[in-house]
Amino acid sequence: MPLCRKIALASLVAMLLCGLPLIAGESQTSIFSPQSAPARSIVSISYFTLAITGLIFAVVGGLLVYVIIRFRRRDTDDGSEPPQIFGSTQIELSWTIIPVLIVTVIFLTTARVIFDVQDAPKPKSALDVTVVGHQFWWEVRYPGSQVTTANELHVPVSSASAPTPTFIKLTSADVVHSFWVPELAGKTDVIPNRINELWIAPEKAGLFEGQCAQFCGAEHALMLLRVYADTPENFAAWIHQQQQPAATPQSDAVAQGRKQFEAQACINCHAVAGTVANGRFGPDLTHLMSRDTLASGAMPNTPENLAKWIDDPDTFKRGSLMPSMHLTRTQIDQITTYLVTLK
Amino acid sequence: MSESSMPLPGRLPEAAAQGTRADALGNIVEILHDWVTTVDHKKIGILYILYSLTMLVAGGIEILLIRLQLAGPRLNVLSGEVFNRLFTMHGTTMIFFVAMPIFVGFANYLVPLMLGVRDIAFPRLNAFSFWMTAFGGLLLYYSFLGGTGLQGAGTAPDVGWFAYAPLTERAFSRGHSTDFWALALILSGFGSIGGAINFITTAFCLRCKGMTLFRMPLFVWLMVVSSVLVILAVSPLTAAQAMLLIDRYLGGHFFDTQAGGSATMWMHFFWIFGHPEVYVLIMPAFGIASEVIPVFSRKAIFGYPAMVAASVSIAFVSLSVWAHHMFTIGMSAAGNAFFALSTMIVGIPTGIKIFNWLATLWGGKIRFEVPMLFSLAFLFQFLIAGLTGIMLSVAPFNWQLHNSYFVVAHFHYVIVGAILMMVFAGFYYWYPKVTGRMLDDRLGKLHFWLFVIGFHVTFDVMHIPGILGMPRQIYTYEVDRGWGTLNFIVTIGAFIQAIAIIIFVLNLVVSLFKGKIAGPDPWDAWTLEWTTASPPHAYNFDAEPVVYSARPLWDLKHPDDPD
Repeated sequence: MPLCRKIALASLVAMLLCGLPLIAGESQTSIFSPQSAPARSIVSISYFTLAITGLIFAVVGGLLVYVIIRFRRRDTDDGSEPPQIFGSTQIELSWTIIPVLIVTVIFLTTARVIFDVQDAPKPKSALDVTVVGHQFWWEVRYPGSQVTTANELHVPVSSASAPTPTFIKLTSADVVHSFWVPELAGKTDVIPNRINELWIAPEKAGLFEGQCAQFCGAEHALMLLRVYADTPENFAAWIHQQQQPAATPQSDAVAQGRKQFEAQACINCHAVAGTVANGRFGPDLTHLMSRDTLASGAMPNTPENLAKWIDDPDTFKRGSLMPSMHLTRTQIDQITTYLVTLK
Repeated sequence: MSESSMPLPGRLPEAAAQGTRADALGNIVEILHDWVTTVDHKKIGILYILYSLTMLVAGGIEILLIRLQLAGPRLNVLSGEVFNRLFTMHGTTMIFFVAMPIFVGFANYLVPLMLGVRDIAFPRLNAFSFWMTAFGGLLLYYSFLGGTGLQGAGTAPDVGWFAYAPLTERAFSRGHSTDFWALALILSGFGSIGGAINFITTAFCLRCKGMTLFRMPLFVWLMVVSSVLVILAVSPLTAAQAMLLIDRYLGGHFFDTQAGGSATMWMHFFWIFGHPEVYVLIMPAFGIASEVIPVFSRKAIFGYPAMVAASVSIAFVSLSVWAHHMFTIGMSAAGNAFFALSTMIVGIPTGIKIFNWLATLWGGKIRFEVPMLFSLAFLFQFLIAGLTGIMLSVAPFNWQLHNSYFVVAHFHYVIVGAILMMVFAGFYYWYPKVTGRMLDDRLGKLHFWLFVIGFHVTFDVMHIPGILGMPRQIYTYEVDRGWGTLNFIVTIGAFIQAIAIIIFVLNLVVSLFKGKIAGPDPWDAWTLEWTTASPPHAYNFDAEPVVYSARPLWDLKHPDDPD
């Protein structure tokens, strides 16, 4: 009997729609597990919208099921045509007015949240960060403290008593990207020749993951993003550590490695503060080993992975713009030996 | 007109005995020549439909490969490069070379028949439009042959179907892949505009006696609305493609951000096309629903004038909603609020349409024939698609959902759950008219149930990874994100749908030879196309029909109770 299956189907869909937030609460990147102010206000209006649309679905979907069952042609049908009705102004007016009211309510609520999030005042205690999107990594700059890093953004936890939200200025060096860490805020596009702003205020310490949300070329999928929310003390310590100049070689092997590094084309794209390497096309390597991942989250930052990455970036990230330099085993080992000291 | 109307020269039996093979070849050449040079609206309609079905298979194979790659985290079925090419081709193919031409095909065949006229207003323009569309598609697919060939997916475009600048500029897209994309869309764009001019002119200038505008079948009305939108929406797209080519080859800087161009301008141009485009596609689907639902519930459509008014107002409002695709580009709060409101307003006339279909069913005697099954599924799925649309119009919610798999699920709910469902309904409903034979009922029901189940397995589940933070257009994803199982289920659903489509195509072919003979009016319907023979003669009607109401056949069947 098709009708029973239809009903089963309808209720399945309804269950799915209502169940979504429940299933979604457990994931690391779920939009329904907010850990920061803007994401929290988005979630509240999302539940509101889900409730209204769920109600509409129940009423209209229920009516549809009822109509289909009630007015199916019976086996005992005499073959005559049912009475023909061509319309009714009153009924049609009523089902125009009710949607108008619903739209008004949803719109007013929406407008309030839009203005709350977008026009939120920036407190004096706010931290400024600039994030520049590149094909396929993130450049992160802290203009207040002269710190430059990549792919892993450190921000302080913000509490109600001492609010330290982070205001992030976003722009792009090449194509359009989009900055998205679902637990912290909605996404904001990263557009060349344009500066967008986004703010977050993480409520607890921890790692929040996200990734580029606008197709930006070959390795869009591996343009991952990590935001570390630190306690104020840890954050201050991290900034202090990042402000230090790059480690100087403590042994001959390392000095050899640094020489090798500086002799190669690496320095055209990468910077290590205090050395001849001052390229801007690739991530800053001054404190490379303080980061947990390589190649914008493509793999964990271990000496082995680092050596493989230098040898041939295609093994991890085929479309990466970093070329394989065709170095010898010895050269790779020397460079790796140097880079792993950049703590 | 598969046979020549000319008498064969010479003595027939001898000629037949002598050279059957040569004659067979001659016949094939003649038939081919006839189809290639035809300006008959019915043949062009069939060409459009066959062309779209071929493209549907191509786009379908692309998506199956994509789904294999996404079935689990960090799989290596396809390289990222090939994956990017395939999803670009899938989107471009399905929108421009399946959904658009298939409705143009239906309308080509049906509009003159429904209006009781001999042909469409400009038959030669009509043939021109078809061949432009067809060559646009061929040009697009020719791109597979260049560069690294098929296995590396050639030089097929790899910038996504909305091809955000400056990724399409020469600095980021070397070679000719983007050129194939831009030129193919310019070509097919001309085809679409030609077709649109034809439908508008036909509906306004070529109706049979007694057929006033408000007696036209709703399908014709909705094709008119859709055609007006084509003219308004495809033109800016064509302009944008021309600007892109100027950037690429003549040193322009419209979208070239490296030289001070604007990336957001491309977004505006694209979506000012892209959003009305959705309504270009859904209008004919509404049209088919408004034909099928009354016939199978045995009642006149409820609120015909309201249906027309709602369609026109949806079209009108749809011209002011494009930036709801751009809530995340950093518009001002007032800008975001405006586009949230305009988008929500679309929900009102859309709601009216759903209620009118509901009221048409109310008090009827619903017959569960295959076209009606698809239409009822359409009502449910369109309802859900509309409600997820409302969620997306809530700008803050959209900041999270934009470009995630939730959006992918939402628009596939519209395009597959609503539009493709009505395409299938249209096939089962009008196939008897076009071929003279019914589509097989058992295969049809099997097709329906398999497809609906496959559809829900795929697209209901697909909403969830989006909510869990999965962006669209990524060729792989991390193991720890928890998207793996869900994507695996989605992939299974995609293959269930593919099996259903195979059954459908099988049904189309088998029923052509073995189907039950239909007769002129197998569904006991009410519009003019059912008065003429199945398939109709070359000139459609033996005598020019005269009508007195919106349901001429009802009047004939119920002389005591005419409309």
